[in-house]
Amino acid sequence: MVNIPSSIDDPIPPAEVEDVELYHSHSWWTTYVFSQDAKVIAIQYSMTAMSIGVVALVLSWLMRIQLGFPGALPFIDAERYYQFITMHGMIMVIYLLTALFLGGFGNYLIPLMLGARDMVFPYANMLSYWLYLLAVLVLVASFFAPGGPTGAGWTLYPPQAVLSGTPGGQDWGIILMLVSLILFIIGFTMGGLNYVVTVLQGRARGMTLMRMPLTIWGIFTATVMALLAFPALFVASVMMLFDRLLGTSFFMPAIVEMGEQLKHNGGSPILFQHLFWFFGHPEVYIVALPAFGIVSDLISTHARKNIFGYRMMVWAIVIIGALSFVVWAHHMYVSGMNPKFGFFFATTTLIIAVPTALKVYNWILTLWRGDIHLTLPMLFALAFIVTFLNGGLTGLFLGNVVVDVPLSDTLFVVAHFHMVMGVAPIMVVFGAIYHWYPKITGRMLDETMGRIHFWVTFLGAYLIFFPMHYLGLLGMPRRYYEMGETAFVPPSAHTLNEFITIMALIVGAAQMLFLFNLFWSYRRGKDAGGNPWRATTLEWQTPTTPPPHGNWGKDLPIVYRWAYDYSVPGAAEDFIPQNQPNPDRISREHMS
Amino acid sequence: MHETAKTEAGTTLPPPLAPGIRGFASDWASDQRAFKNVSWGKAMMWIFLLSDTFIFGCFLLAYMTARMSTTVPWPNPSEVFALNIGGHEIPLILIAIMTFVLITSSGTMAMAVMYGYRRDRKKTAVLMLLTALLGATFVSMQAFEWTKLITEGVRPWENPWGAAQFGSTFFMITGFHGTHVTIGVIFLIIIARKVWRGDFDNERRGFFTSRKGHYEIVEITGLYWHFVDLVWVFIFAFFYLW
Repeated sequence: MVNIPSSIDDPIPPAEVEDVELYHSHSWWTTYVFSQDAKVIAIQYSMTAMSIGVVALVLSWLMRIQLGFPGALPFIDAERYYQFITMHGMIMVIYLLTALFLGGFGNYLIPLMLGARDMVFPYANMLSYWLYLLAVLVLVASFFAPGGPTGAGWTLYPPQAVLSGTPGGQDWGIILMLVSLILFIIGFTMGGLNYVVTVLQGRARGMTLMRMPLTIWGIFTATVMALLAFPALFVASVMMLFDRLLGTSFFMPAIVEMGEQLKHNGGSPILFQHLFWFFGHPEVYIVALPAFGIVSDLISTHARKNIFGYRMMVWAIVIIGALSFVVWAHHMYVSGMNPKFGFFFATTTLIIAVPTALKVYNWILTLWRGDIHLTLPMLFALAFIVTFLNGGLTGLFLGNVVVDVPLSDTLFVVAHFHMVMGVAPIMVVFGAIYHWYPKITGRMLDETMGRIHFWVTFLGAYLIFFPMHYLGLLGMPRRYYEMGETAFVPPSAHTLNEFITIMALIVGAAQMLFLFNLFWSYRRGKDAGGNPWRATTLEWQTPTTPPPHGNWGKDLPIVYRWAYDYSVPGAAEDFIPQNQPNPDRISREHMS
Repeated sequence: MHETAKTEAGTTLPPPLAPGIRGFASDWASDQRAFKNVSWGKAMMWIFLLSDTFIFGCFLLAYMTARMSTTVPWPNPSEVFALNIGGHEIPLILIAIMTFVLITSSGTMAMAVMYGYRRDRKKTAVLMLLTALLGATFVSMQAFEWTKLITEGVRPWENPWGAAQFGSTFFMITGFHGTHVTIGVIFLIIIARKVWRGDFDNERRGFFTSRKGHYEIVEITGLYWHFVDLVWVFIFAFFYLW
């Protein structure tokens, strides 16, 4: 434990790359608006993502009001309802979670945690944000376009997505949606290449891949996946755009609409589903893997204990990422498929449970006999573990063909994916913001507001989504504008629906408190100091807080140890920063 | 503990690697850079090309799906892509010339890279411009081919000979590839201008990035160019020869 045996990566190798020349801005515009500094870009990404997220939150309120109290808001008709569903899903998955985890946390944390001055190509990084903003604006524009946004559901399945019966199908809605996606993908590629190359080629001296914090491993693997999965969505969007604008028949079969034969002929809607889910399933893990990584660091830091099984955790992330590319058709069991394919995709789906369960065990073993501080980040991390476990377990139900088919298109599915890729990653987002806000602003977020936010969000999310499992098992379908008089739905289910709606309104209101806290604490929060959590990773060791342009002042940090030297026996304090030299060879690095 | 070796210049060399798979793994995972002696720009281009491969892969798979699942006949490529020269229908003649031009441009590009590393400013610039010229020739011939097909009645939504997906996939895939070639031509011209002006000899800083340029950018442009050529070989094989 104290005397580490000699290892091959023991001495610190000399610098291989000369220190980078940074772009130095000279005006307010190039410092705060057209900034090439990853930290500013990160904040721009995060603010844009959270703003559009508020739109999606309000849409979910409107949907829930319609479901709980049909007709209470007269302007919500069936078409509006489908538009709200579509926009809510698309915004939350792509424009909020993907952008926030990779564009936001990725930009902020990758250079800082790896001891780099900035991303490798700051200019492309800046373009990435502006294309993302443009994509968001095009998306928002569809609310004001004739016919409103598309109501095709967030999966945009053809043929209905481009038919006149669907809101926005023959108007501007679907066109703006697809254009926005294409812009998003181009913008993301510029950023994503930066993240990957910075992780691979831009690390500090001593920062080996196996010394990177798990946060970086999660973001890195997710970015690689995104660079390989988004092409499928790009291609699908281009082809559907042609179907809609040029009248091609990539996805459109011969079809009769309102008694009229359309000119489309011979296209394959299933082809779209394959392309979409080849993107769509990895997308789940593009959101989940950064969350896995961040939560590992939160737990380790706030339980003052090294992460259990670091190498195992790294390999689990990589294996989950690889496996997620061969499971996509489990979203298509009801589309009709050769039973042998169903067997294959069910098997691969269930295999993913192995590395995932391994991660959950390791988080729990990290907590085991740790010095657990129930700080806000820790509370959210714990909430993540239980929520993710919950959503993961219902995933095992839905991964099986025979169980999935009757549950498909019920609220059970809604409950499942909201638990596993809605609530769980959002918990990590909150935990991470409470954790890193002191580094970004130099001030702590207000504790009282934070605790109210946590308990309302955590308990409220369960009160919203737990009953949905039950409603789904009753057979209550998803995506229905209203149930009407349906024999198999008992009156108690309607009461439950009202309850869910009330809880959704309350939980949504708690998020407003959180946003208020972000602004309030920026001026009035407690002074945080450089390292309030007594954490080991490099971003807490910057010369000033918030970190300056170029992050490190004159000399780049040198890394002497892994990121998890907490409570090392024989050490003076219960944490040893990664850049602290190791003459006495005190570390737990090679214990795991 | 391993002894660190001193070189003549006094810099410290990293310790020798452990044998076998452990050494292999720690070499890859070693600090600062996973790929030693690969610059940031080159790494970025390779990863971009990997991503782009997935885009072209998806396009081609979509095309194959359409072609295999169609219930009406697929137009015969050797008749559709034939040119009437001197009273004879010569199948695939235009496409053969186009392919030849593009492959040739890969050759001139490779020579440009070589002269770039020799810091032969003029030869590099001339060869890059020649590459750009060949690329532009390719795009022009593609425009000619499109024009011919359009006058014969091929549209993205229909054509006189069979499955409508023939026109849609043809225009989409060759169009997307042609866009790649065009972007490549533009970049070749921009870089050739910088080479000609001597930007990489006197380390002039980039307008947007304020970084010093290096002759390596010629090779990075070359990587993109060869990739576009390679993709064309697949399009040629799957679209014209199938």
